[in-house]
Amino acid sequence: MLKQNEITVKEPLFRVIKRSNISMPKAWFIRIAAAALSLIVCAFVVMSITGDNPLSVYLGIVDGAIGSKRRIWVTVRETLVLLIIAVGLAPAFRMRFWNIGAEGQVLMGGAAAAAIMIYFGQSLPNGILLIIIFTASILAGLIWGLLPAVFKAYFDTNETLFTLMLNYVAMQIVTFCIVFWEKPAGSNTVGIINAANRGGWLPSLFGIDYGWNIVLVLAMTIGMYIYMRYTKHGYEIAVVGESQNTAKYVGINVKKVIIRTMMISGAICGLAGAIIVSGASHTISTSTGGGRGFTAIIVAWMAKFNPFAMILVSGFLVFMQQGAIQIASQYGLNENASDIITGIILFFLIGCEFFITYKVELNRNRKEAH
Amino acid sequence: MNNEYAIELKNVTKRFGEIIANDNVNLNVKKGEILSILGENGSGKTTLMNMLSGIYFPDSGQIYVDGREVTIRSPKDSFNLGSGMSHQHFKLINVLTAAENIIWGLPGAERIKMNQIVGEVNALCDRYGFDLNPTQKIYDRSVSQKQTVEIIKVLYRGADVLILDEPTAVLTPQETQKLFNVLRNMRKAGKSIIIITHKLNEVLELSDRVSVLRKGQYIGTVPTREATVESLTEMMVGEKINLAIDRSEPGKPELRLDVRNLTCKNREGISVLKKVSFTAFSGEILGIAGIAGSGQKELLEAVAGLEDIESGEILYHAPDGSIEKLSEMAAAEIRDLKISLAFVPEDRLGMGLVGSMDLTDNMMLRSYTEGKHFFTNRKKPKALAERVVDKLAVSTPSVETPVSKLSGGNVQKVLLGREIASSPTVLMVAYPVRGLDINSSYTIYKLLNAQKEKGASVLCVGEDLDVLLELCDRILVLSGGIVTGIVDARTSTKEELGLMMTGSKVGGQKHA
Repeated sequence: MLKQNEITVKEPLFRVIKRSNISMPKAWFIRIAAAALSLIVCAFVVMSITGDNPLSVYLGIVDGAIGSKRRIWVTVRETLVLLIIAVGLAPAFRMRFWNIGAEGQVLMGGAAAAAIMIYFGQSLPNGILLIIIFTASILAGLIWGLLPAVFKAYFDTNETLFTLMLNYVAMQIVTFCIVFWEKPAGSNTVGIINAANRGGWLPSLFGIDYGWNIVLVLAMTIGMYIYMRYTKHGYEIAVVGESQNTAKYVGINVKKVIIRTMMISGAICGLAGAIIVSGASHTISTSTGGGRGFTAIIVAWMAKFNPFAMILVSGFLVFMQQGAIQIASQYGLNENASDIITGIILFFLIGCEFFITYKVELNRNRKEAH
Repeated sequence: MNNEYAIELKNVTKRFGEIIANDNVNLNVKKGEILSILGENGSGKTTLMNMLSGIYFPDSGQIYVDGREVTIRSPKDSFNLGSGMSHQHFKLINVLTAAENIIWGLPGAERIKMNQIVGEVNALCDRYGFDLNPTQKIYDRSVSQKQTVEIIKVLYRGADVLILDEPTAVLTPQETQKLFNVLRNMRKAGKSIIIITHKLNEVLELSDRVSVLRKGQYIGTVPTREATVESLTEMMVGEKINLAIDRSEPGKPELRLDVRNLTCKNREGISVLKKVSFTAFSGEILGIAGIAGSGQKELLEAVAGLEDIESGEILYHAPDGSIEKLSEMAAAEIRDLKISLAFVPEDRLGMGLVGSMDLTDNMMLRSYTEGKHFFTNRKKPKALAERVVDKLAVSTPSVETPVSKLSGGNVQKVLLGREIASSPTVLMVAYPVRGLDINSSYTIYKLLNAQKEKGASVLCVGEDLDVLLELCDRILVLSGGIVTGIVDARTSTKEELGLMMTGSKVGGQKHA
């Protein structure tokens, strides 16, 4: 046999094939397996640093997240904040509007809340004050969402860059405000606002400290679910997101939908700012957003824009974050340790989507080089 | 060693996930022969050729070149073995000249002697009868010239086997003849040519043998002189099919659309439609022919209110006698006026439908604004989806299936079904059977004819002139955005249309 022309390159061992369909249970099995894997890897990492056994590492995580009543409430509070930002981002991302400016929208909402608390906290009754605070925060977030939307709709600017840069503008505005608001003078921080009379603080509801937070956030979550799934607006958002050509073809006013949706998205993020400042931290700083505007993007995508799935995703992420903080202090590690753990978890959870979309198969009939 | 065959494939199988694209296919090409590979869309023709040209790697089976078993891992391997493929979608660099595109990617000296290369290219052209200026840039060329560059690119690399994927899809009848002459010259020179096509007439005219594929299966190879259109269709589809299109006489034509001096410019400010005037009547099918990109898409979109109009007007004559000026309205206004104008665009999943949404939600696209309610009502769209599935025999697991999961023919049925559901007075369709199998194509022709008989004015942009001549009552020909003629489809010929498509004005006097 003549074979001088043969080119001896072997078939690769693995092949990646796009799945045509995957059943719900199988998809969830992959996700849960990925979560489990991430926990195992986290344990190994912490073990190799601390030398302790993995079980006590896990116990540390659980203890940190729900080990005491106070810790449970911190976990709930943080979950709610992350959840409402993700809920706010959902319609924008559904519309394929890459809003990475939630951080700035939250910050503007928070700054508006802080401003009202500082200037009117002593003079107005709490009920009216709260209404003004929430209105102002919503408006501030709305404007921060409206700006990139208008430019996108009329000048086709890149919304990713636009919203990203507005984050820094928001931070600079807050830095500027702190100059006037700092207390005690020279500390360069605002401190707890109205610590004495609790002016503009969200009161407790049904005897629960974060009762109002729960009610507001859950109402927004349910509302967003209904808005996206059952209303004409929600339908328009989905069509514009999938194909602007189709939207124009059926006579949807794409500009209007972009602007309207971003106003809603920004407004909810602004509301999140009020919930953080008036309902939890009672102070303002450039790190009030705390990166949650970005983490919420992950929550929204992982939940496939389903607000109810967002509850689970944000709950899990915060649980792990709080747990990681506990581990860090338990073993005398610095705060970066918790970032590492969160990073590992996200890597697995986002990475597993690959295995849901694609199938990796071993090459059964590998060609042999004779 | 048997060297009669230039290329031989034995039991070649290729799978993509669960789909078997090629199942134990056997195929061979003799030296100095033209072999047609015939098959419907999705029958695995292109996959098979992609394995020959090194884009895919077979799961099992052997490939022999000149009687030797070979392994083809990349297009480079394929070139080294002396075969080259000219793709359906040209892979050329616009800002370079033809000669530069031809040598692109070839090893050579540090300094390129362009004069020498131009001389070599010219020699190739003379030898096979190509008509090409090697120093002209690609963007200045017509589609058929671009194709010539693609073919010479392959020949310049010394290929003995040339694979052409749907080469005539974008050519006028005259250009097709020119290409065929060149291919015949190449056959004389001893080259082997594999031509992928689904146009039966061309197969019969050009090739020596025909190999037929159906749904990934190899059906057989027959000498062309023993084949007929009917026998080949039967091999392709697996059953006998009546290929005649019934054309009824238009009854009581009434004026529906009156387009006067319509001019449209694209974003770059170049006129895509220049002073286009025509009329369309109820109860007739007006065909629109032209080389791809001659303004067909813009014309339909202008009528549908999706294209900005520079000058001119579009008047809609409603059955009740009132006249609306469509040229001043956007798509939403036309919808709100309840003018029943239906439009099946060329880009079905990117414009007519939303791929990721299910059938019900896609039916809702046209009607979701109905009612003053803030909430959507899915009851009616769902009923409509079920009716379309039932009436047009759409094969789908359920009305909750995303339309992108359906096959091309079923996607088109869903889209057309939605558009005709509103009993339109004007129905515009662009390339209604592109990518569809023969059975689905004839279903679509029947649906268009049924709309015509119901009194709709049907505007149909098509690419297969044989079909347009059989289906339509009148045919409007566009060339570079200008109407070069409106002819009676019953009396004109393919050659006549071909001439008008390249810009010669004839036949304009036949109809006002």
